[in-house]
Amino acid sequence: MSFITYLLNGISLGSVYSIIALGYTMVYGIAKMLNFAHGDVIMIGGYIIFTIMSTVGLNPILAVLISIILCTLLGITIERIAYKPLRRAPSLAVLITAIGVSYLLQNLALLIFGAEAKSFTSVIPVKPISLAGGRLTISGETLITIPLCVLIMTVLTIFIKKSKTGRGMIAVSEDKEAAVLMGINVNKTIAITFAIGSALAAVASALMFSTYTNLSSTSGAMPGIKAFVAAVFGGIGSIPGAMIGGILLGVIEILSRAYISTQLGDAIVFLILIIVLLVKPTGILGKKIQEKV
Amino acid sequence: MLEVRDLQVYYGVIQAIKNVNFKVDEGEIIALIGANGAGKTTILHTITGLITPKQGEILYEGADLKKAPAHKIVSMGLAHVPEGRRVFSQLTVHENLLMGAYTRSDKNEIEDTLLHVFKRFPRLEERRNQMSGTLSGGEQQMLAMGRALMSKPRIILMDEPSMGLSPILVEEVFDIIKSINKSGTTVLLVEQNAKKALSIAHRAYVLETGNIVLEGDAKELMNNESVKKAYLGE
Repeated sequence: MSFITYLLNGISLGSVYSIIALGYTMVYGIAKMLNFAHGDVIMIGGYIIFTIMSTVGLNPILAVLISIILCTLLGITIERIAYKPLRRAPSLAVLITAIGVSYLLQNLALLIFGAEAKSFTSVIPVKPISLAGGRLTISGETLITIPLCVLIMTVLTIFIKKSKTGRGMIAVSEDKEAAVLMGINVNKTIAITFAIGSALAAVASALMFSTYTNLSSTSGAMPGIKAFVAAVFGGIGSIPGAMIGGILLGVIEILSRAYISTQLGDAIVFLILIIVLLVKPTGILGKKIQEKV
Repeated sequence: MLEVRDLQVYYGVIQAIKNVNFKVDEGEIIALIGANGAGKTTILHTITGLITPKQGEILYEGADLKKAPAHKIVSMGLAHVPEGRRVFSQLTVHENLLMGAYTRSDKNEIEDTLLHVFKRFPRLEERRNQMSGTLSGGEQQMLAMGRALMSKPRIILMDEPSMGLSPILVEEVFDIIKSINKSGTTVLLVEQNAKKALSIAHRAYVLETGNIVLEGDAKELMNNESVKKAYLGE
């Protein structure tokens, strides 16, 4: 029974990674940049929910909704101020800027909320269920996280395939110049992508901190990096890849913590990244970059 | 309809377009011919706003196109069929065509234009739901032209439409350009295949390393000794 518990916890953690990885992968697909500040948006989302709940005492769901709105605005603002002026700059400049934004957010949080870690109160109103005569308990967080992740993936996939804006995103990700010739506003499309990614980061933060309640200014960095690994694992730029990569990573992490070593859990995750990069650099669902002449 | 005046374009410190003047009147097919690297594509990219010129004016119906952001230009009635087709390979033929109508909103009118495009390119209708990355070069060229027509352009800019196509397909593509022009769309054609371009154009300009060196009636240019020597291989 404990194996099933571990597996469910792994899928649940992996679902959170998937949702974060979506932000990485969509931004990479469309703006061709790695937004290393993405993980810190999760941390900011956590603090927003924490602050609203502990000071105003609002309903948790409302707090999450406000966090989604504020994180969306934060994502758009970051893109506008930090990345948009670098549209024609070499990718290294953009990468370094992203790392800079990441440190900026972490230190702002440190300044505002202090160095002491806060204890996050779960926003999930669902009670755990007990199965198999009490031998298997599934937490409310797991019960909500997994279906919510599937729902997000489904809605996002339909949005991208079927809506005009979504198809515009595919066009921009494939060929910016040709997209401009169609009349697509590339800057607006990139802003929308950042908005979606950041809104999802806020959702991920509510789910993650409800399970892993320790909230500090660096709490977003590690899940951010792992979600990045998940995105690379699944094939960066691919939406189903982000889902598969995220869930596999979550399961591998929890199982290796349970059966191999608690301390080495993270090391194993990064070892996997190295192996994937060696064996299949494009990831599980990644497309080979082909130039047609 | 379209007039380019004293155009100068730089790539960094390298001057690609030195001083180019030309105009396109309504209903014409204008050919811009020249060797590889003469600056033909650069001129088209400058007209549709993908490149910002250092100097000069691009007047379309009296308005200066330089002031319009690149993504607004297609809705002004200017469509650009880029070199190398550049269809969206991850989208189906039908979705690619819809991208051409991105700036239009009336669904019925778009459907109407789609029917016209399918009538002109029956093969696109047959392959409607196929991913466009799997089309042959000729089919991709048809798709790129159909996609441009989806915006209902008043003038269409075509960059090397015959590139990489078999002689039969080249013939077909030029017939299509002629018929697009006959149905009322002005055409600005950039081609290395000078012979074919001159055979369908009304007027033409010869471009050499960033300058226009010759211009005139297409039939006359075809008989011009230096054009014959340099571009027609005679």
